[in-house]
Amino acid sequence: MKECTRCKTGRAVVKRPKTAEMMCKPCFYHVFEEEIHQTIVDNKLFKAGDRVAIAASGGKDSTVLAEVMTTLNQRYNYGLDLFLLSVDEGITGYRDDSLETVKRNQEQYKIPLKIVSYEELYGWTMDAIVAKIGLKNNCTFCGVFRRQALDRGAMLLKADKIVTGHNADDIAETVLLNLLRGDISRLTRCTSITTGTEDALPRMKPFKYTYEKEIVMYAYFKKLDYFSTECIYSPNAYRGYARNFLKDLEAIRPSSIIGENLHIQQETLSKIPEQGKCSRCNYISSNPVCKACILLDSLNRGMPKIEIADEGEKVEKEVVPTSVHKTINF
Amino acid sequence: MRLSIEFSGGLELLFGKKKQHSVEVDKKEIVLRDLLQWIKENLLKERPELFLSQQTVRPGILVLINDCDWELMGGLDYKVEDKDELVFISTLHGG
Repeated sequence: MKECTRCKTGRAVVKRPKTAEMMCKPCFYHVFEEEIHQTIVDNKLFKAGDRVAIAASGGKDSTVLAEVMTTLNQRYNYGLDLFLLSVDEGITGYRDDSLETVKRNQEQYKIPLKIVSYEELYGWTMDAIVAKIGLKNNCTFCGVFRRQALDRGAMLLKADKIVTGHNADDIAETVLLNLLRGDISRLTRCTSITTGTEDALPRMKPFKYTYEKEIVMYAYFKKLDYFSTECIYSPNAYRGYARNFLKDLEAIRPSSIIGENLHIQQETLSKIPEQGKCSRCNYISSNPVCKACILLDSLNRGMPKIEIADEGEKVEKEVVPTSVHKTINF
Repeated sequence: MRLSIEFSGGLELLFGKKKQHSVEVDKKEIVLRDLLQWIKENLLKERPELFLSQQTVRPGILVLINDCDWELMGGLDYKVEDKDELVFISTLHGG
């Protein structure tokens, strides 16, 4: 038996990837929660009276987020009104099961839950989209739609902010993916703890510095009720490779997850198109018409193939890349 | 020896969707490294590459021995004992 390096009395049960410290359960809970509190305070993520929507999928990260946000809100009197916000993509056998978990979370944490569905927002469930376009590029639709759906749901809740469960590992993955895609614009944005401050609702990542290992350990020791099944439509192979690569790096050097020395030259930054608004739906967009409107249009016209240019697919005739960012002409 | 082995976080899908396994291992002594091979041969139903990689668990799978992080228990060299409880949790599934 190894002794806790913090209290010197308890039985150590977890080795922290960030510091290699060995901790007993109470000390681990304490430092885990306090570090997130510190992140919230240092970055001034909230102010008293904020209405905060917790993006909740029923998975490990968002379940731990709901637990930690309610705990810290009480412990430190943040004065936040918390809500759970879930998106129902309309995936039978996957999202309907995970939404049951979120419904239980609503009871457990005593915070209201709002569910918005692709069907009510867009007139299409993912089941219907996959039936139409098959299993290629369906994740593009889902990703673009989810982003907006969260904003729309948050607006219905009159929320001031959205918090998401993105953790240090997720962000490291996204950095890598944006590098591989050469998407400088997203690369500069993806490590920010707060995004979308201008027009869209601000999104915060209180787990920005939190390792996935610790989130899973916390959920396991606290016996939190979460759902873990891969989406039936998404092998999401490309991200999967990036993830495996990072896990291999982490096994050798755990700090590679946090490594955040990402500086982009000012000269490069000035070439990035500014974010404006979609001329159709008013949602934040780097292009005249946002990706969701374009995708929706293609679905409704019954030819979804032309819109997927930036996923490494062939660029077909209607799509004319004009800058670093691919722009779609109408 | 009698062992309790649990797979979760999506890992159970490789083990016939069964989370809890109570097993009898016909060995007097065995280290975790060899037990992983035993699990592969006796419990694993599909896609072994999603469980093991280069003689150890695939990075991203957490292992607990009697509710303790295996990194504190000697990892692969841990000498498994009768009535031990082993838990394997995948962190690779959606959040």
